Amino acid sequence: MSIEYETVIGLEVHVELATKTKIFCGCSTAFGGSPNAHTCPVCTGMPGSLPVLNRKVLEYAVSVGLAANCSITRFSRFDRKNYFYPDNPQNYQISQLYLPICRDGWVEIDTASGTKKIGIHEIHMEEDAGKLIHDEWDDVSLVDYNRSGVPLIEIVSEPDMRDADEVIAYLEKLRLILQYLGVSDCKLQEGSMRADVNLSVRRKGQEEYGTRTEMKNLNSFRAISRAIEGEKNRQIDLLSEGKEVIQETRRWDDGKETSYAMRSKEDAQDYRYFPDPDLAPVVIGDEFLRQIKSRQPEFRTEKMKRYKEEYEIPDYDIEIITASKHMADLFEATVALGSQPKKVSNWLMGETLRLLKEREADPEDIRFSPEHLAKLIGLVERKDVNSTVAKEVFEVMFQEDVDPEEYVQKKGLMTVSDEGALRKAVEEAIAANPQSVSDYRNGKEKALGFLVGQTMKAMKGKADPGAVNRLLKELL
Amino acid sequence: MELLSLSAVELSAAVKEGKTTAVEAMKAVLARMEETEDLYHCYLYADREGALRRAQETQEKMEKGELTGPLAGVPVAVKDNLCTRGIPTTCASKILQNFVPAFSAEAVVNLEKAGAVLIGKTNMDEFAMGSTTETSAFGVTRNPRNPDHVPGGSSGGSAAAVAAGECFFALGSDTGGSIRQPASFCGVVGMKPTYGTVSRYGLVAYGSSLDQIGPLCKTVEDCAVILEAISSHDKKDSTSLERKDTDFSSALVKDVKGMRIGIPRDYLGAGLDGQVKDAVWKAAKLLEENGALVEEFDLSLVDYAIPAYYTIACAEASSNLERFDGIKYGYRADAQGLHRMYKATRSQGFGPEVKRRIMLGSFVLSSGYYDAYYLKALKVKAMIKHAFDAAFSQYDCILGPAAPSTAPRLGESLSDPIRMYLGDIYTISANLAGIPGICIPCGESEEGLPIGLQLLGDCFQEKKLIRAAYTYEQLAGVQSAPIVKPLPAKGEKTDVH
Amino acid sequence: MANRITDEMIDYVGILAKLELSGEEREQAKEDMGKMLDYIDQMNRLDTSGIEPMPHVFPIQNVFREDEVTNGDGTEETLCNAPETKNHMFVVPRTFEQ
Repeated sequence: MSIEYETVIGLEVHVELATKTKIFCGCSTAFGGSPNAHTCPVCTGMPGSLPVLNRKVLEYAVSVGLAANCSITRFSRFDRKNYFYPDNPQNYQISQLYLPICRDGWVEIDTASGTKKIGIHEIHMEEDAGKLIHDEWDDVSLVDYNRSGVPLIEIVSEPDMRDADEVIAYLEKLRLILQYLGVSDCKLQEGSMRADVNLSVRRKGQEEYGTRTEMKNLNSFRAISRAIEGEKNRQIDLLSEGKEVIQETRRWDDGKETSYAMRSKEDAQDYRYFPDPDLAPVVIGDEFLRQIKSRQPEFRTEKMKRYKEEYEIPDYDIEIITASKHMADLFEATVALGSQPKKVSNWLMGETLRLLKEREADPEDIRFSPEHLAKLIGLVERKDVNSTVAKEVFEVMFQEDVDPEEYVQKKGLMTVSDEGALRKAVEEAIAANPQSVSDYRNGKEKALGFLVGQTMKAMKGKADPGAVNRLLKELL
Repeated sequence: MELLSLSAVELSAAVKEGKTTAVEAMKAVLARMEETEDLYHCYLYADREGALRRAQETQEKMEKGELTGPLAGVPVAVKDNLCTRGIPTTCASKILQNFVPAFSAEAVVNLEKAGAVLIGKTNMDEFAMGSTTETSAFGVTRNPRNPDHVPGGSSGGSAAAVAAGECFFALGSDTGGSIRQPASFCGVVGMKPTYGTVSRYGLVAYGSSLDQIGPLCKTVEDCAVILEAISSHDKKDSTSLERKDTDFSSALVKDVKGMRIGIPRDYLGAGLDGQVKDAVWKAAKLLEENGALVEEFDLSLVDYAIPAYYTIACAEASSNLERFDGIKYGYRADAQGLHRMYKATRSQGFGPEVKRRIMLGSFVLSSGYYDAYYLKALKVKAMIKHAFDAAFSQYDCILGPAAPSTAPRLGESLSDPIRMYLGDIYTISANLAGIPGICIPCGESEEGLPIGLQLLGDCFQEKKLIRAAYTYEQLAGVQSAPIVKPLPAKGEKTDVH
Repeated sequence: MANRITDEMIDYVGILAKLELSGEEREQAKEDMGKMLDYIDQMNRLDTSGIEPMPHVFPIQNVFREDEVTNGDGTEETLCNAPETKNHMFVVPRTFEQ
């Protein structure tokens, strides 16, 4: 009989904070600058430069800690993590080891077998590294420090997860919290959220943990799932063959669906952490905590409860809408402009989700404004456009955030409400389709639909189908 | 008027009165350098044209009334570990050869605002690691009081430049005595203020928790005025303090009546040169005769300061100097592969003393040793701080020597690192405790080498030190006037005693 | 000498500090480091139990800057001292293993 193994997974999640400036200097964190444009003596490790902490970074880190039920460290400090690598201009990273800003928290995830608490070991603040680009032509690497010094928090979980589904649920939960707080846009692909997976296996029922490996370079949920599966099997195979798992850092290659060790004899993994003498300790007082607490947003659970009470929309809609802070904001803002909640929800659940799926985009990528959605709903309500036209307009609005009223005007898509013109079109349709007229008169209700269609076609879609229906019945 | 014999404050006054100009003063300094630099080698960099142009601009601003401060028009030398925009800054290391900073240190900016005129950059021990200026990658500096002897270090170039009349005052940095000890050896005034008083922004870090910038100059008055000019609360330096009491020149009062002065018994014990001991005692007596209450006391933990200091300073240095890797600036060795390039660059770029300290620092922080060495040193530091707190509850000032001997001969010190480190015994605790210290000349040895008197004060009590030092100087007479005496012609044997 | 510095220790510290010593320099370093460690071992004679380590001498705390962009394009000043650049970036020996 084969031995049964259990997988034990802990995550180190790095999140880029959405501050305007870097953690220790006044350089912009904006993407898209030319190489080394967003740099200064501090974030490029010039001799004589000194770091000063960005207040917002602390505020964001504490707000995440509170949302993740952590205890906030009242006396916290930064430490230097020393290692040589060109993306790190000082050859030490300013991070927190001894006194991280948040500790001992948890978040709750939904699993197949109910809810489960995942422990948060700690959350600490640190600086991001620059980017290395390989230059094939000269066979060298090039360094760009634009990302050097961008603020990060690292959220370190306890080894509480047992499979890829739990890991994904945990990451989704973190992302939701971070997005609700507005502290990060959390995009795995773009690297604003990065997860390193610590994984070990042990015999079912065994108390102590097995030797773990750390896996890096996982930039999608799919990659994470596959890497977990791959690493679990690799470790079980090793143990089954009587070999040992080596504690090491491995790099996942998603294309090849395999990981390889990042070992080097020049890599001692001895970071010689010590308190950074250039930075003052951070002391969190009651007043500071009170302020951060008072600014915490309404999180999803509370929001769902409120939606149930305030809006008459289905539970399923509530679940989908609140799964994204951006969508929930859009929903509430549109309703606040006077649109009926159910109508707003229909647009979000229907066309919006359809288009997002088609474009493989996230709800966070929605670009149209609540004002424009409210206007479109208004146009439909006033029967200025019919639903087919409305969907066309919506698609343009989804793409470019056009003002639907202006767009309908400009393109002449307004429903024709001129009774004379409509009557004329209906009469023409009757005259041109004697067979359908006789079918209808012989009791074939379906024939009416055909006539409506013909009239609409003649009107280039700009008629109210209800009115056409009414006129046809009248004239027949 | 012999310009070079004026103090900084006197010179500025003379310029303002129209008796001379900033340009004349600069020319006098440059002429002096012409005569003596080949021998002393105080400077690593000085550009005549730049210096004269800056002097001219300053003169014009003074004439327009835009610069009125007590240092306006005064030529100043700056230690080469302070960044100067557009002017090479090498820390006397091959690894920073050709490095030209894009910004100036805050202390330098403050001096420029005060109207002082930069001459150039002075020699030092490589990355301020050393006590003789012999670890400089670019040659030694000689002591103007006797060129066969070292000027001390690490701010040896700055101290020697003041003593030689090659500047009117200079900036140095003090991590374990690097201002006070060369001041003692060269017979000039030097002061390390309370940690956090002068911004460290633009000071190439050695031991970040210990480094402070301070003046080297001719008189206590100059010292107070310079310190006042360079002190500032700098938002770019997280360890910079907001002080309201930086009007240091207000403490230039000749009065020590009732001042309580303590002399640690351990400071005058074994290992101290007899002549130094006598001179220091004599100075203490003079203050006592003029109303100070002088007594000996036991300042504990003196023996533990050096081990704690070298552990902390080397640990911080090992990290601070990691950025010198051949990628962003400075020297880069030609080697295949990333890690070989790192190793070749750093092994060739750093001198032996720097490597020694980096290795020790890396070791004491490494896995398994952190608690035993680094954390232990931080605890010893806490105990030393407490010992000073206790002492300053009893005394206004602590008096003692700045160094156990007068300046050693060139080449005598470097062979045994421990012996060299022991020379820092009287200065090092001030850096660990963050307290201010001043060194002023108090006589000379039979060989004619200067002896320095050190006064230490509690945090933020620079004024007490300035008052005591000023009083002593007024009573004993200014002893740090530059040596403006004829020198042996080039090529002749330079033994002058 | 109580602290014996082995070749392995020198190699290990060399990896951490990116220094490579050979020949006479290496022997000298072993001897010096042993002596220095012996010397700083004196600290062990002092009882420090119950003492809080003191990284900073003063109770300086909570030094912040506001989240406002104060720096403009730094490309030129960042790169002006570089031994080698290409396309506004620093050139380093290749870092990616094949």
